[in-house]
Amino acid sequence: MPAVEGAAPSVDGERIQVEEARARRDSAHDRRFGWLLKLCALLVLAALLGATLVTLTGGWSAFSTYGWHFLVDATWHPDSQHPDDPSTNVFGALVPIVGTLVTSLIALVLAVPFSFGIALFLSEVAPRWLRTPVTSAIELLAGIPSIIFGMWGLLIFAPFFQAHAKPWIDSHLGVDPDTNQPSWIAAHIPLVGKLLEDTRPFGGSVLTAGIVLAIMILPFISSVMREVFQTVPTRLKESAYALGSSTWEVAWDIMLPYTRAAVIGGIFLGLGRALGETMAVTLIIGNSMDLSPSLLDQGATISSTIANQFSEAAGLQKSSLMALAFLLFVVTFIVLLIARLMLRRLAAKEGN
Amino acid sequence: MHSGLYLRRSIFNVLALCLSGVATLIGLIFLGWILYETLVQGIGAMSTTLFTRITAGAEDGGLLNAMVGSLILNFIGIAIAAPIGVLAGAWLAEFANKTRLGEAIRFLNDILLSAPSIVLGLFVYTFVVLPTTALSHKNISFTGLAGGVALALIALPVIVRTTDEMLRLVPSTLREAALSLGVPQWKLTCQILIRAARSGIITGVLLALARISGETAPLLFTAFGNNFLTVNPLKPMSSLPQIIYEYAKQPNDTLNAMAWAGAFVITMFVLLLSLLARLILSRSKVSHD
Repeated sequence: MPAVEGAAPSVDGERIQVEEARARRDSAHDRRFGWLLKLCALLVLAALLGATLVTLTGGWSAFSTYGWHFLVDATWHPDSQHPDDPSTNVFGALVPIVGTLVTSLIALVLAVPFSFGIALFLSEVAPRWLRTPVTSAIELLAGIPSIIFGMWGLLIFAPFFQAHAKPWIDSHLGVDPDTNQPSWIAAHIPLVGKLLEDTRPFGGSVLTAGIVLAIMILPFISSVMREVFQTVPTRLKESAYALGSSTWEVAWDIMLPYTRAAVIGGIFLGLGRALGETMAVTLIIGNSMDLSPSLLDQGATISSTIANQFSEAAGLQKSSLMALAFLLFVVTFIVLLIARLMLRRLAAKEGN
Repeated sequence: MHSGLYLRRSIFNVLALCLSGVATLIGLIFLGWILYETLVQGIGAMSTTLFTRITAGAEDGGLLNAMVGSLILNFIGIAIAAPIGVLAGAWLAEFANKTRLGEAIRFLNDILLSAPSIVLGLFVYTFVVLPTTALSHKNISFTGLAGGVALALIALPVIVRTTDEMLRLVPSTLREAALSLGVPQWKLTCQILIRAARSGIITGVLLALARISGETAPLLFTAFGNNFLTVNPLKPMSSLPQIIYEYAKQPNDTLNAMAWAGAFVITMFVLLLSLLARLILSRSKVSHD
């Protein structure tokens, strides 16, 4: 009996010791594992911060050499013999900045109503059997790589536009390049004639780049809209129907106001894509660094300028391109930030 | 008076709904147009020399070096991004769910997802190409490795996001059961949760691969391109998207046709990947029910 009494605590004690050692080991492993995982997650942060800092420091000499003129000057004149001489190298980024804003604006103006139409069709109008295949098809559009859009735009769409759309635009909206005869619209509404002046025989232009961008961002905006339209409570819609509303009135007066924040978020998401889109635009827009008011003229965007010039640039030109990249990154960051915050508000609402 | 208003509303309603159908139709027409041209022009330009010759031959050449380069670059990109992305996603879902840092990183990851890839290319240029240039004392050392790192940066947020989402879908009873048995958290994460969410995570990796296989902009000044066949990741490397970019710009029908062939290969690859991803996801759903 005493032997057993004496043995029991020592066995227990051993077991406790073993368990304690294992618990300690496990918690040490867990701590290390947690740190490893955290490190990986922090890489996401590092990528964003790194890209911002790298472009800021790379573009610093351009910012400090040209100051505010960098943003408002339309001269882009590299001197490849003396890439570091600020007297012969003049870089003002007005053309690519304006090009980026104009192409993105065209893309939004075209893509937003179409996206709304698609979202409305898929959530309210289409018969049920049609919804899934059409939804997948539209989402397929989002999966096509940008370079394919660019090649299709350059080799198929731009010539098509040149042959079929441009003559119509010239005679009905702009100024006929052969007879110099302004159309009724160009003659009566100021600026339209300048905006649609047709000076070059190319299909690739700011307008075609904007149209292709619109097709590219269409699936992003429409899928956000479709998803958020489905979160509208049925009782809201049915109440409106019960009061005699038409489908359109339910969509416009009930669904759209209810999902307004998320719809704006979706639009900003598309805008963020459009601002940063590179390859498609680079192939189509023509990369001309001359300032032209006409949408039918060639132009450049920030990303197309970088893609086109960076690998051959040196000195101040390289720095100017880095500075452009910094501007682009900061602006898209802010746009996407707004987009995500808006989208989040709806998610929070859903949770309630 | 009343019936006039009603008629006006009805007509407007029908008109608006028809327009919504037209908008959808136009979207589908553009999708069909792009796929049709890629298919027809791409198949028309297919030939065996595309797969046996390199781009140094230009019109008499093929796309062999670009295809091999693309495979290697994508492999490097996924090999870097997949482990980091899965671990980071696991951290977001298991360790930092509802913490402030976790929420911030989840949020920033969504932004990185749509950030302009060309700027990420410049980041890799400064962080990989310039240092290796300094080390090698050469003129400038563009490398396939740098291209792979750039692609990894683009794949990373896709993998992080899907892993995070898929892990959070795993029922918490599984966690509680394992933890109550005294399983340490690292074992729980690696051996139980990641395994439970395996098909979802693989889907994320496939989607990331689909995303980077068409990516061009960040490769322009990282992998740079190479007209000769190389499998050495420390040399400049060609890739299909980049050759498409170069050949599509040329006013030369033969080169344009080769660009279409390349576009066809990439489009098929991307479509197959997304199909496969969907298949895996749907099958796993069925098996869970």
